Amino acid sequence: MIELENITKVYRMGKVDVPALRGVNLSINQGEIVAIIGASGSGKSTLMNIIGFLDKPTVGRYIFDGADVSRLGDNKLAEMRNKRMGFVFQDYSLLSRASALANVELPLIYSGSLQKHKRATEALERVGLAGRAKHKPTELSGGEQQRVAIARALVNNPDVILADEPTGNLDSAATEQIISIFRSLNQDGITVVLVTHEMDIAEQTPRIIRLYDGKIVSDGKAA
Amino acid sequence: MKLIEFFHIAIRSLLANKLRSALTMLGMIIGVGAVIVLMSVGAGLQNMITSTFEELGSNLLFVQPSNPEAPGFAALAPGYATASLTMDDAEAMRDIRSVLAVNPTNENFIKIIFGNESATAVIEGTTPEFRELYDFTMASGQFISEVNIARRDMVVVLGSKTAEDLFGSDDPIGKHVKMRDKRFTVIGVMAPRGMSSFGFSWDEMVITPITTYQARLFAQKTPGGQDAVQSIVVQVASAEAMDEVTEDIKTLLRKRHHIDEDEDDDFAVTGLEQLLGTFETITLALTVFLGLIGAISLLVGSIGIMNIMLVSVTERTREIGLRKAIGAKRRDILIQFLFEAATLSLVGGAIGLTGAWLMAQGISLIDLGGFQLKAVVSPLIVMVAVLVSVFIGLASGIYPAMRAARLNPIDALHYG
Repeated sequence: MIELENITKVYRMGKVDVPALRGVNLSINQGEIVAIIGASGSGKSTLMNIIGFLDKPTVGRYIFDGADVSRLGDNKLAEMRNKRMGFVFQDYSLLSRASALANVELPLIYSGSLQKHKRATEALERVGLAGRAKHKPTELSGGEQQRVAIARALVNNPDVILADEPTGNLDSAATEQIISIFRSLNQDGITVVLVTHEMDIAEQTPRIIRLYDGKIVSDGKAA
Repeated sequence: MKLIEFFHIAIRSLLANKLRSALTMLGMIIGVGAVIVLMSVGAGLQNMITSTFEELGSNLLFVQPSNPEAPGFAALAPGYATASLTMDDAEAMRDIRSVLAVNPTNENFIKIIFGNESATAVIEGTTPEFRELYDFTMASGQFISEVNIARRDMVVVLGSKTAEDLFGSDDPIGKHVKMRDKRFTVIGVMAPRGMSSFGFSWDEMVITPITTYQARLFAQKTPGGQDAVQSIVVQVASAEAMDEVTEDIKTLLRKRHHIDEDEDDDFAVTGLEQLLGTFETITLALTVFLGLIGAISLLVGSIGIMNIMLVSVTERTREIGLRKAIGAKRRDILIQFLFEAATLSLVGGAIGLTGAWLMAQGISLIDLGGFQLKAVVSPLIVMVAVLVSVFIGLASGIYPAMRAARLNPIDALHYG
């Protein structure tokens, strides 16, 4: 599903070129559940942004589901983010003035769907929050908010769920619940990529990709 | 439909912070309201002028004194003009070919007292032709006559409202009123007629012989020592004869006033068309000027909208980042914020329009001692107001919306 060939990303900070990723090669198959781990500055955020179509590599090729997407235009990237990718953020990133249902419907607005209510409700059911559809984020616990975020990520039936420190703001009980939801989604066939700096979380997946200083230093089962 | 969605998003955004939205709209409300009220007053003025002349009919010439040294319109200003017309001038004009009637008139405001009652009215010192010229009907009694003029009788004819104010339901005929401490006898009451298009009410007008007016009420002399006449209205037999009569009057008066060939007239003869044209130019200029003032406040209103939209964009940077991350294209963000600006502007404009309409109704009701102005808010004005509001909303919103659309999603997500 995700093929990264010799991916290099260089940022220009004033007069200095800062390489965030140096020649990364990575291959993730459909249906896998993997963790990407690294400290700050390791390049994991950059890698995540590229995988998630938020950024483009300076050098190298990104082949997604068989198609080269490395040089797509902004509008096309937006479409990919909308339809093929589902994001989950550490701070949930929900609209605080909208209900849970409205939040989940958001990607459907940009895909022009006519079945927003139905599909959003189904997504909420999938994460077990159908009864809280009308609540606003302020009325929900951290774990529930993250579940709403996951429902939002699911609503367009993406190929990949990309989660950035999804349990960073949650207590251990909620953390377990979220991880088990990811596992369950993975069992339904969705590719899941967890980006984290915590080993405990990474060890919950069968494959850990470790980044250091812009390069992959290990890729495989937890030690 | 995506567009309807964006409209909903815009409304919800605006409702989320009602106070801020209301304050932002205030500029638009005042701006639109001001422009509409001012322009409708201007339009009302123009209508008033036009219907004045319709009411009078067209074959009339107005002869007034003027100051040959004064520029343009100022030449006719009362007080500035040299008092140069006399009753004999008017008499002489009656002999001009194609002249049907000559009506000299002086006028002023005056206070009339009967017992404990008093009323303010416009007093016309004039001749019997006045009645025919302006087509008056008498409700009771009679109009002033040639005999009254010759004898300088202390008589007065009352307008219907003045009669009512002073006498209630009693018959005023034969009773005595006081004007400028002198005793006048009421000889007639005019039938009710309503507003003249000059701006004052026919019913609050009183009529007295011009000779009496000059001798006993408001004396004004010409340089030659004769009684001055403020204006002479000449009724011409036909439209075709107007130019000829104008020339004849000029020749006659220049001779009577001993004006040399190289000197300017000390009077002005104007036909309705010229007067109309002058007034129209003035009211047009006034309307444009008022409109400009209103437009400036509209500009201020639109700057207010742009300002708030910029603040709003900054505040919602993370939200914009999120929307982009889940698939919003640049165009989607642009349209969302443009809608917000346009909605603010349109709602503000609508409120301003309603306020302006109410104020126009109010202005039309004000009775300034018989003077009334009808301020008109026409459908054309409404449509223009709506279009301008939307346009301003879009224009003010385009810069903030573009800034929002251009945000980098990665940076935006991590903002703040």
